[in-house]
Amino acid sequence: MNTLILISVLPILLLYLGLYKAKNALLPVTVIGLAVALGLAISQWKAADTVMPIYNGMMLFDHFSIAFTGITVVSTVLILLLSKDYFEKISSHVAEYYSIILFALAGIIVMVSYHNLTMLFIGIEIMSVSLYILAGIKKQDFGSNEAALKYFLMGAFSTGFLLFGIALIYGTTGSFDLDAIRDWALSHKSGSYPMFYTGIMLIIVGLCFKVGAAPFHFWTPDVYEGAPTLITAFMSTVVKTAGFAAFLRLFQNCFVSVAEFWTPVLVIIAGLTLFIGNITALYQQSFKRMLAFSSISHAGYMLFAIVALGANSGNSVFVYATAYSIASIIAFAVLILVQQQQGNDNFESFNGLGRKNPFLAFVLTVAMLSLAGIPLTAGFIGKFFMFTGALAKSHIYLVIIAVLNAIISIFYYFRVIIAMYFRNSEREGLAIPAYFNVVLALSALITLFIGIYPTVIAALIPSVK
Amino acid sequence: MTVSILIFLPLLAAAALFLVKNDWAKHIALVATLAELVITGVLISKFNPNTSFPQMDSTAPWIPQIGAYFVVALDGLNIIPVLLTALVLPLIILSTYKHQYDNRAKAFYALILFMQAGMTTVFLAMDGFLFYVGWEAALIPIYFICGMWGGENRVKITLKFFIYTFAGSLFMLAGLIYLYLHNPNGTFDSSDFYNLQLSLKEQSWLFWAFFLAFAIKVPIFPFHTWQPDTYTEAPAAGSMLLSGVMLKMGLYGMVRWMIPILPLGFNQWYPLAITLAVVGIVYASIIAFKQKDGKRLIAYSSIAHVGLISAAILALNWNGLQGAMIQMLSHGINVVGLFIVWDIISRKMNTRDITQLGGIAKVAPVFATCFLIITLGAVALPLTNGFVGEFLLLSGIYDYNIILVAIAGLTIILGAVYMLRMYKGVMQGPTNDLTIQFTDVTGTDKWVLIIISALVIVIGVYPQPILHLSDAGVRDFIHFMTEKMSATGSNTLPVTK
Repeated sequence: MNTLILISVLPILLLYLGLYKAKNALLPVTVIGLAVALGLAISQWKAADTVMPIYNGMMLFDHFSIAFTGITVVSTVLILLLSKDYFEKISSHVAEYYSIILFALAGIIVMVSYHNLTMLFIGIEIMSVSLYILAGIKKQDFGSNEAALKYFLMGAFSTGFLLFGIALIYGTTGSFDLDAIRDWALSHKSGSYPMFYTGIMLIIVGLCFKVGAAPFHFWTPDVYEGAPTLITAFMSTVVKTAGFAAFLRLFQNCFVSVAEFWTPVLVIIAGLTLFIGNITALYQQSFKRMLAFSSISHAGYMLFAIVALGANSGNSVFVYATAYSIASIIAFAVLILVQQQQGNDNFESFNGLGRKNPFLAFVLTVAMLSLAGIPLTAGFIGKFFMFTGALAKSHIYLVIIAVLNAIISIFYYFRVIIAMYFRNSEREGLAIPAYFNVVLALSALITLFIGIYPTVIAALIPSVK
Repeated sequence: MTVSILIFLPLLAAAALFLVKNDWAKHIALVATLAELVITGVLISKFNPNTSFPQMDSTAPWIPQIGAYFVVALDGLNIIPVLLTALVLPLIILSTYKHQYDNRAKAFYALILFMQAGMTTVFLAMDGFLFYVGWEAALIPIYFICGMWGGENRVKITLKFFIYTFAGSLFMLAGLIYLYLHNPNGTFDSSDFYNLQLSLKEQSWLFWAFFLAFAIKVPIFPFHTWQPDTYTEAPAAGSMLLSGVMLKMGLYGMVRWMIPILPLGFNQWYPLAITLAVVGIVYASIIAFKQKDGKRLIAYSSIAHVGLISAAILALNWNGLQGAMIQMLSHGINVVGLFIVWDIISRKMNTRDITQLGGIAKVAPVFATCFLIITLGAVALPLTNGFVGEFLLLSGIYDYNIILVAIAGLTIILGAVYMLRMYKGVMQGPTNDLTIQFTDVTGTDKWVLIIISALVIVIGVYPQPILHLSDAGVRDFIHFMTEKMSATGSNTLPVTK
């Protein structure tokens, strides 16, 4: 709880700092604040063994919530460190940027800690409204404006679905409380409750919009491309992780007993998401757009954990989301540097990077291998968990689809590796700012460390009863 | 002393490379691989070949939550591949001494050492998860070696190679996870896997999941289409690593991870698998006839040779398996030798076209002698290393089916014809304007060729120590399989003969 309060107060402090033109203090204050918030969250780890919902069952800060708070806060810090000179260039209102990101983060922490559907809705809205602003933060840029408008329209639309679903669930069960809904579903296994099932379907539609799963994904590429790159990084890592945490929390807590009903739907959505994301990514010429589509396909893999709902699902999503977020942050960081130097982000603009900037090329290679799920990187451990979960529930066809898609994904992830190492071009060496070096080195180390010795995070979240 | 040192030594050496100057990289790599060879020699001298129990093993928890352990051991089945890896790597590194890698030398040698660690892990692992990680860890470095230092079409061809092998291994991963989920102990331990009781239907699917991975790696017809292009476009050292050691991962995988785990699936499908292997021998031999590019010719001849080894492994009897073991070693040595020969020719002559060459024997006697010895080893002349292996392989297949052995045996003759024609085309006849400039091998080139020629003859004349190493392991393996098959009530397996 203290974490949430701190992260809600911090942006107000930042706005005051902006008001008094203390621009240089913004980043240190944010980072220190988030570090303290992270420390507060982790200090609750032991107590979370026996924690009960607080505020009349509104919030529950259990291991699940703390773990996901941890990864979202860490990813946000990494992204903020990258924004050190980046935002001064595109906007004069830097304080706004920091505080809105923190507001979004506050919403995210509500999303991973809710114990009541109203809190889920409030969390999603706090996050989404902040993101609408962030997507359009380049006020003079058409692409950014378009992204913001598209995102706002689509987001509002999907929130409608979600809200309607919540209303129907409330209408049948008479409660917003997750435990109460679970008990209702358990005691009403037989019999037909069309309103309840419609509610579940609408919630699935609403949440699939938010995590960018097909066929509700069509807003992602344009929004990801139009938004400033660091906002894209934030959306495709932190926001996606939070979306899946919220998704999983709801289904794992409430709807296990009616899994027979919604599993086939999610299986189809997962399969579609994988194919659409991967095959479209194959045809992209721009690295950023490729990352946007690959993020869709990763949503497909993460859906496996919900399709094959089991005791270990929380861990699977956590490991996968961590691997995916860290690798994506590397990719976006390198993208920003290359874009600044070359003026565009085509695959050709990476040609010859291996010779001129060996470190940069190496960390990007690690990131691409991790996204492709090659052993000794974190991405492999994530994929391993997803495959194991799906096979344990006998979703063999789904695993075969996943294998085919993992093969397809090699084509586009390796394109950038090929450009960097196997093709030559006359280019100047890139100057890498110190902050970038820190973030890149740290992220690459985390990726390799989780890949080689995942014991530390492989069973972080105790299985749900 | 445990065998895990064989995995960590190359890794440490690869890390150490980044601390030195590029000029020093090759020396450090050579010293590291020689040290690895010496340690392997010491381990083998302490190895007790009269038992099939795993020896010098070490077990450490790795990811206990999912039941993955770091379990490595040496036994009669993996001792030959381990020996091969340790033996061939210094030769490969020595053969690169006359190449220039400029400011990327460190990366080049680090990748080779990293690959050595991966391949050694594959051979030593007794845990399925570790085996898979090693399997992929060996693939990444060779991809970069081929992509960064390969020929003109390297980008497309190495990607095809990578996709092919990666596809195979993903199906194998799914198979391994399936076995793991059905293991009541919840581990990836190979001996647990051996005790699983899966239905015929499950085993049939799993058989193909594993066979696909191994057949692509070896490669067995019709999964070979990546191989000739990749071997031709790869840099010399890359071709040697791929053909000398890496393809043995597939052969070894069948013995350790496919046949004993899936006896029913194997029983159902091995006739088809053997037929594919034999078809591959004929097919590759015929194509090899037509090749003008020396490296490509070696690539096709390699498909034929490993097709024979695969067929003998799948026939599953003592002769065949014992032959496969020694032939893995001999083929590794011979094919590395042949690729070194062609590396020297193309470095000196700037061409690999056999029709443009000729008469080199007159100007380069040392080179000619070594080339001849290696060629004779490859065509399995008695008293060379190839003979022992091929004799056992053919007698193994003979025990299974006479028609198949007749076809396979015929291609040995074809093999002799195209290999000797290659030798004749390059070395004999009159010299021409190009080949008159050929200077005899000197320095490292000379020593590598002499060492390989010596190995060809020594193993050919006195193969007993090598055969002895794997003898008990192979015998017990066949015994184990016989019992397993009779317990399941199926007696169609060739092993019962």
